[in-house]
Amino acid sequence: MYCRNVDIAIIGGGPAGLAAALAAREAGVQDVLILERDTKLGGILNQCIHNGFGLHTFKEELTGPEYAARFADRVIAEGIEYKLGTMVVDLSKDKTITAMNREDGMFTIKAKAVILAMGCRERPRGALGIPGFRPAGIFSAGTAQRFVNIEGIMPGKEVVILGSGDIGLIMARRMTLEGAKVKVVAELMPYSGGLKRNIVQCLNDYGIPLKLSHTVVDIKGKERVEGVTIAQVDAKNKPIPGTEEFYACDTLLLSCGLIPENELTTGAGIEMNPVTSGAVVDNSLETSIPGIYACGNVLHVHDLVDYVSEEAGNAGRNAAKFVLDAGREEAGSDPIIMKTGKGVRYTVPSKICREKVEKDVLVRFRVDNVYKDVKLGIFFDGELVRSVKKRTVAPGEMEELRIRKEELDKFPDVREITVGFAED
Amino acid sequence: MEKKELTCINCPMGCQLTVTIDGKYITVTGNTCPRGEDYAKKEVTDPRRIVTSSVPVRGSETKRISVKTKTDIPKGKIFDVMEVIKKTTVNAPIEIGDVVCENVADTGVQLVATQRAK
Ligand SMILES: Cc1cc2nc3c(=O)[nH]c(=O)nc-3n(C[C@H](O)[C@H](O)[C@H](O)COP(=O)(O)OP(=O)(O)OC[C@H]3O[C@@H](n4cnc5c(N)ncnc54)[C@H](O)[C@@H]3O)c2cc1C
Ligand code: SF4
Repeated sequence: MYCRNVDIAIIGGGPAGLAAALAAREAGVQDVLILERDTKLGGILNQCIHNGFGLHTFKEELTGPEYAARFADRVIAEGIEYKLGTMVVDLSKDKTITAMNREDGMFTIKAKAVILAMGCRERPRGALGIPGFRPAGIFSAGTAQRFVNIEGIMPGKEVVILGSGDIGLIMARRMTLEGAKVKVVAELMPYSGGLKRNIVQCLNDYGIPLKLSHTVVDIKGKERVEGVTIAQVDAKNKPIPGTEEFYACDTLLLSCGLIPENELTTGAGIEMNPVTSGAVVDNSLETSIPGIYACGNVLHVHDLVDYVSEEAGNAGRNAAKFVLDAGREEAGSDPIIMKTGKGVRYTVPSKICREKVEKDVLVRFRVDNVYKDVKLGIFFDGELVRSVKKRTVAPGEMEELRIRKEELDKFPDVREITVGFAED
Repeated sequence: MEKKELTCINCPMGCQLTVTIDGKYITVTGNTCPRGEDYAKKEVTDPRRIVTSSVPVRGSETKRISVKTKTDIPKGKIFDVMEVIKKTTVNAPIEIGDVVCENVADTGVQLVATQRAK
């Protein structure tokens, strides 16, 4: 088994891995290697053929493949090394990566720094607990997306979609354009999990009804789906008897959220955040193992790839710094702990190391429900430092706040920072 | 006077817009940036959308490539454009931005490739 050394190894060649590689190179590290299990760089964007990517990064509206190509082309032009068809099977605490591919077989890489950029996958349908048989015709929305966009195969003609995540909304439009009849999108929660713009341009444009607080209670058909029964749910998500409605269909698409792909991360014994299912990171995106960084959907699920690229750029720069300052001093003081206040489900980062604060600290988070006219506040040890007014916030749209460097400098003894709703 | 509530689809902010139509005069409120005003005015007079899809490729390992209308087309023509796309096949090699079809479905807009095939 061959073994090699690299300065920075990046696991995953999606938008996160590509942006991290470019930033690391720009920060002065030459020896960067990207490991990607697919036959192509670009990750999941290659199958997201709709427009609406890159507005923030390129100030123009690109499709997924175009956005991916912009980054992949730069990686190639920079001469950054990448290995395709290469599956990473293990990561150890000492930053040794075990991977395999056709040419090299099984091999190991000893890296000075590792960037985790494995993305996420769709929640499996088993976890949904729909009763009855498992006939053919049930797909995850992402699988259907790959079938239609990459293979050119239509999964069915009459479709019901469970879950209103962005992929489900995008697929409702895509299947409609390809001639299928999308009868309804049912969402368990009282609000949609997707972006508002996708509800407008994917459902409303085509007159596809969205039923909130509804779920699938029965699937008819033994060999192939023949129809599904949808019912309204109460506040405890229990179906309300008498509200059942039957929809004849041959296909059921499930768009019930994404989960970060973190087997390698947990395998290495990295501390995890149970809310995001991603690693616990500090303001440099470093995990609990020094020199291992995480970014993109493997850290927390993003709705916008622009933010993925930005976050990954930070991870790449910080990993480069780690390599270039080899043997840097370990953090002197205890980190400031980030806490979630009223209405907030999680924050990234989970802690702030003062030694690593260069500019303002960007905090990204999601709220736990739909709220209107709220104030999002930053609290230092329970005291409100600043608040920002918001017209609407929703779980489907990631929020951000910046903790200013001056604020941190002004309060040198702060132990905990909370992000949450502020009262008037 | 007519009032309409719209959601701007130009960026992920998804601003809630209120459009007031008074004869020829259209006023827009709720937008965070000028693109929202443009969007709302167009949406009530001439709604347009970009259409994206994919087409089969001949002579390449890549089976299909994705395509888009280079700019937005009238909303009412979406299915006409799809009819043309369904009948379209491209030959490799093809670069991102290559024109796949001129004046798709008489919209005056080009259909361009958004993926490459070698
Ligand atoms: C099915 C699906 C559809 C989506 N559709 C949209 C959309 O329509 N619009 C939108 O804005 N966002 C969409 N997203 C989210 C969007 O993909 C993300 O914003 C962005 O692609 C995340 O980038 P990433 O690099 O973190 O992850 P990814 O793009 O998922 O890239 C991760 C890469 O890591 C590789 N990898 C994983 N594990 C290993 C391993 N062990 N060894 C080697 N390589 C590995 C994978 O093959 C993949 O290429 C979608 C996500 C999914 C899962
Ligand atoms: S008005 Fe401007 S900021 Fe608001 S959604 Fe439209 S483009 Fe975005």
